[in-house]
Amino acid sequence: MSDSHPPSKTAKIIVGSLIVACIVVFLLDFLFLSENFDKHAVFEWENWPGFYGIYSFVTFALLVFASKFILRPLVKRKEEHYD
Amino acid sequence: MILPPQFIFLIGALFIPLFKGWLRTAYMLFLPVFAFFNYLKLEEGIYWTYSILNFDLTLVRADPTSLIFLNIFIIATFIAVIYNSHVKGTMEQFSGFLYAGSGVGVVLAGDLITFFIFWELLTVGAAFLLLVRRTSKSVGAAMRYLLVHIIGGLILFAGIVLHITQTGSANIAFDAIGLNSTASYLIFLGFGVNCGWPIIHAWITDTYPESTVGGIVFMATFTTKAAVYALMRGFSGEEALIWIGAAMATFPIFYAVIENDLRRVLAYSMINQVGFMVVGIGIGTHLAMNGSAAHVYADILFKGLLFMSVGAVLYRTGKSKCTELGGLFKSMPFTAVCCIIGAASISAVPLFSGFATKSMIMAEAASNHYVWVWLILLFASAGVVEHAGIKIPFFAFFSHDSGIKVEEAPINMRIAMGLSAVGCLAIGIFPNQTLYTLLPFEAPTYEVFTLAHIIGQCLLLLFACLAFALLMLGGFYPAEMRAINIDSDWFYRKAGKWVYQICDRSLNSLNTAADKLLLRGLVNSVCRFATEGPARIFIFLLTPYWSIKGNNAEQQEALKNTVRLNIEKGALPIGITACLSVFVLALLFFF
Repeated sequence: MSDSHPPSKTAKIIVGSLIVACIVVFLLDFLFLSENFDKHAVFEWENWPGFYGIYSFVTFALLVFASKFILRPLVKRKEEHYD
Repeated sequence: MILPPQFIFLIGALFIPLFKGWLRTAYMLFLPVFAFFNYLKLEEGIYWTYSILNFDLTLVRADPTSLIFLNIFIIATFIAVIYNSHVKGTMEQFSGFLYAGSGVGVVLAGDLITFFIFWELLTVGAAFLLLVRRTSKSVGAAMRYLLVHIIGGLILFAGIVLHITQTGSANIAFDAIGLNSTASYLIFLGFGVNCGWPIIHAWITDTYPESTVGGIVFMATFTTKAAVYALMRGFSGEEALIWIGAAMATFPIFYAVIENDLRRVLAYSMINQVGFMVVGIGIGTHLAMNGSAAHVYADILFKGLLFMSVGAVLYRTGKSKCTELGGLFKSMPFTAVCCIIGAASISAVPLFSGFATKSMIMAEAASNHYVWVWLILLFASAGVVEHAGIKIPFFAFFSHDSGIKVEEAPINMRIAMGLSAVGCLAIGIFPNQTLYTLLPFEAPTYEVFTLAHIIGQCLLLLFACLAFALLMLGGFYPAEMRAINIDSDWFYRKAGKWVYQICDRSLNSLNTAADKLLLRGLVNSVCRFATEGPARIFIFLLTPYWSIKGNNAEQQEALKNTVRLNIEKGALPIGITACLSVFVLALLFFF
């Protein structure tokens, strides 16, 4: 699936909706800068707006790249390897 | 009269072959219903104690910890029986009940000996579930499963024996053990084998995908969760478990990204989820332990649901690999929706079960200031979204159209998946009225639906989905490949074969050489000397005498044959024997 097909119309709609949803929730996170809302955060960085989103995005990308470029070359074998 | 629920399954299993058709299905459904009725009547306490060899053994210890496991084990059995009811052969059904009964026996056992007996029966049940598929791969997997679990069982048994020896035979109750002696370390490791700790985890990913479509639903429920129960009972609060759990939650997600077989992806996912539970046990606070128990409950339902939906795809298409599947949403919409509910639950989407359970463990890791563990678990949560939340439903039901046109899953499978899906939603939407009422430990009320928690989780999920979408569109997501990925089972599957070959070549060469030199060489020479030696000595000594006497060559040859014949028959003339005796005595006298 990594072949770069031109994205279909459905894919464009899904990604567009995702981007909108991400922006909306990211903006909602700014609510907690107000004194009326409390995150009950234990760690300082939890109070940074969008922390969970950015952490998730970055680690997700790192996970995929590490699996693809480090783990796969090390462990990939033919399906008949154990036969 | 309350019956021990494990015996309802174990004895009940023996009568399954007596029924046929719908009557058999009705009977098999009756067993978990009857067991659940007994569970409802079961009050906290100790039941069914008996004494053997001065050991007081307890078949049923009903307390909040064992009861929550009992509850979900019976429900999972009921669902698995429905899912499996299309299977005609009795062996798979019998194995399922043997396995389920053993799992129930483990969580109800009040002492270490009873616990160990049911623990080992679990292995037998699981091995049968693998064997009933009757393919060379499943038979091989069953053998490897037995190999690993027999070693694990022996380690556990050694630990239990040492523990009993050190603490006195009266103290065999299965309570908190703590890591403080060789015995406790052995027991700890024995539990770890079944729990799927890193490096000793590969039996899960190696063998589970070789099981039958329905067998894997049973297998996903009992062995690892029984091990979680054992750790909860014996080693809560051990810090080592926090780090073991964090490792379990992390490393499988890397493998899951590049794995092609969807059932194997789910097997990695199982280790990842058990990792969260183990962290909770390691933290050891009542809230963390409740989180672990709740996550066991939720995991059995949503992981079962995912295994069932992928199993339904396998049942209909005969395929379970990303490279061969895709676009099945149109053919199997109900299965796809159930799979998405399972995926949403495991990803901890708000209003789905994982949201109500995993967050308890995360919150406790944070409030106990395990910074790195918290960051690792957050990373693992993003990883769960990748492999279980997106990859499983995406590659099976959407993605490229594989062109496969099949019927929707059979009605029994749809009912089983539907029940699990309802369970996931009920826990997710009404946790306070459902799962939280069963939690075993007294702990402060946990508020799951806070605005901060919901927004934080939505951020995590949406940005993970966005990352997936962008990586796919950019062509960075690893392509599905018809390949396998070697794991730590390589050491006993491949390297073990090499060790065998090295031993075969070196030791068998030594054996051949020894055979040639000693058996065929030396022994033959000794034999030849024993049979021919005396004749040759005689001939050697007598030849000069015959020459002096004037015997020609022909006469000498005739005399030689006579001597050979006489010695073979032991018929030497007395004179010659006497002469020889004198000769030997003379030699002895002079030298």
